[in-house]
Amino acid sequence: MLESSAMAQEKISLEQVRHVARLARLELAPDEERRLQIDMSEMLGYVDKLNELDTDKVEPTAQVGESGTPVREDVVTNHPAADAMLANAPAREGFFFKVPKIIE
Amino acid sequence: MGSELNRLTITEARKRLRRREITSRELTRDCLERIAAVEPRLNAFITVCEDEAMAQADDADRRLGQGDAPNLCGIPLGIKDIYCTRGVRTTCASKILGNFTPPFDATVIEKLRAEGAVFVGKANLDEFAMGSSTENSAFGPTRNPYDLERVAGGSSGGSAAAVAADECLAALGTDTGGSIRLPASFCGVVGIKPTYSRVSRYGVIAYASTLDQVGPFARTVRDAAMVLRAAAGADPRDSTCSARPVPDYERALTGEVRGMRIGVPKEYFVEGMDATVERTVRDALKKLEAMGARTVEISLPHTGYAVAAYYLIATAEASANLARYDGVRYGMRASADNNIELYNRTRAQGFGAEVKRRIMLGTFALSAGYYDAYYLKGQKVRTLIRRDFERAFESCDLIAAPVAPTTAFRLGEKTDDPLQMYLSDIFTISVNLAGLPGMSVPCGADGRGMPIGLQLIGPPFAEEAILRAGDAWERSGGFARRAPQL
Repeated sequence: MLESSAMAQEKISLEQVRHVARLARLELAPDEERRLQIDMSEMLGYVDKLNELDTDKVEPTAQVGESGTPVREDVVTNHPAADAMLANAPAREGFFFKVPKIIE
Repeated sequence: MGSELNRLTITEARKRLRRREITSRELTRDCLERIAAVEPRLNAFITVCEDEAMAQADDADRRLGQGDAPNLCGIPLGIKDIYCTRGVRTTCASKILGNFTPPFDATVIEKLRAEGAVFVGKANLDEFAMGSSTENSAFGPTRNPYDLERVAGGSSGGSAAAVAADECLAALGTDTGGSIRLPASFCGVVGIKPTYSRVSRYGVIAYASTLDQVGPFARTVRDAAMVLRAAAGADPRDSTCSARPVPDYERALTGEVRGMRIGVPKEYFVEGMDATVERTVRDALKKLEAMGARTVEISLPHTGYAVAAYYLIATAEASANLARYDGVRYGMRASADNNIELYNRTRAQGFGAEVKRRIMLGTFALSAGYYDAYYLKGQKVRTLIRRDFERAFESCDLIAAPVAPTTAFRLGEKTDDPLQMYLSDIFTISVNLAGLPGMSVPCGADGRGMPIGLQLIGPPFAEEAILRAGDAWERSGGFARRAPQL
């Protein structure tokens, strides 16, 4: 009972932490899940202060650089360098990255 | 004892290299000897590139001998280990990159190489540039050269400490929320975060792409201006990079600030800030006034919301940028029976706690049902912060403020409290959200001798104005730099 009332103050449940970890492709140990629940709850509590501001009529800023996308001629600018790219591969076979079997 | 050429400014070294009074080989060797002497205590570098540096120095000496001497020819630099360097391991201070050795150079590295610069090593940082103290490094923390029990600041702490400790003449860092200006302030060196898009980020490992910017550390404003000029400019490989011509920043350094209107934001002098920091920054402003500048009180009313907006936007972007680390094409790979397990385990074992925390927060802020309340809200508040600056610059040419509310804190002091760590960046983060140029210039020290930085902020592409003011402040003899006792 005590534990569940303490949990009620959390901004995010353990179940949500596990869901987000699945989305983020992170395997978490149980103690990591609990620590993240505490830390994320603290941060989400802190960012709630943004709700003091009325932003209904404010446009979001997605980018601050100069507007417009530069264009160039559609020509090949890189050169084949498969060996250089594969040199960092954890596992390779011929000109391929090797990974565990995907389909049974 | 050695000749200690490593203590020279770039300006002085350039003169002596061109006159052939010294060689780059001698200069580089003095830097490498200094590195060997102080690294066991400082840990400013992850990788020292001794052989490569000596070869670059010899190349530079040949060019200098032929009278071909760009500004940085033969000058030893430190490179934050977030820049891809051809043939030299690049770690981003993370286990997940393993022994990744890029087959290409970042554009900035390519440009500095073409100038004949010498790279003495890859400097330490917070993993993936996420942190304010360089304690989040898989290679151990960097220590502050002025007090080994204190942090160097972060995330570019290795670069700042290396320049402060005379291990190199200048260095490159990156600044997403204060990662150049904070360590520059804590280590008593000059650090510039240029306008968003001023410098190419091609080959610089991405953290938060609408905020990241590349910039230099140096021991004087003039030296930093020189490195910035060499690094800046259009790049067809970075479509966000501005095509505006790069000015010769050194020509802006006239020593003249008469008539300059300096805005002083009242929200940057808040309760709870260190009294010595406030007094030192205000004294520097008085000095600039005595030199003919005019200070005007301004207001940036949304300052108190910047850290909250930043930690939604930056973590959201980070969660997307860091999705690429999956153990398939490069870096470390955990053993697993199937691909999903391989991703999950590689990321679990490869990322440190702070990186996981930010990926999780960012993934949550972007997830179904929460996007509007968090990520979109952050972007809207970003608009308000941007407008604050636009309004402020109607009545001033630049803004002056502290870089941080305190001097360097102790190692371990904030590692258990992420929010307190994030609040170290309270005075630097708005500048990234608004995409503005900002600089930290040493302006004094506290009772323990820990350096204090003056932050100068300009409108977009007004690097020349902040460089001129910073250089004029330096020339006034306002603060004589004391080399750290190591």
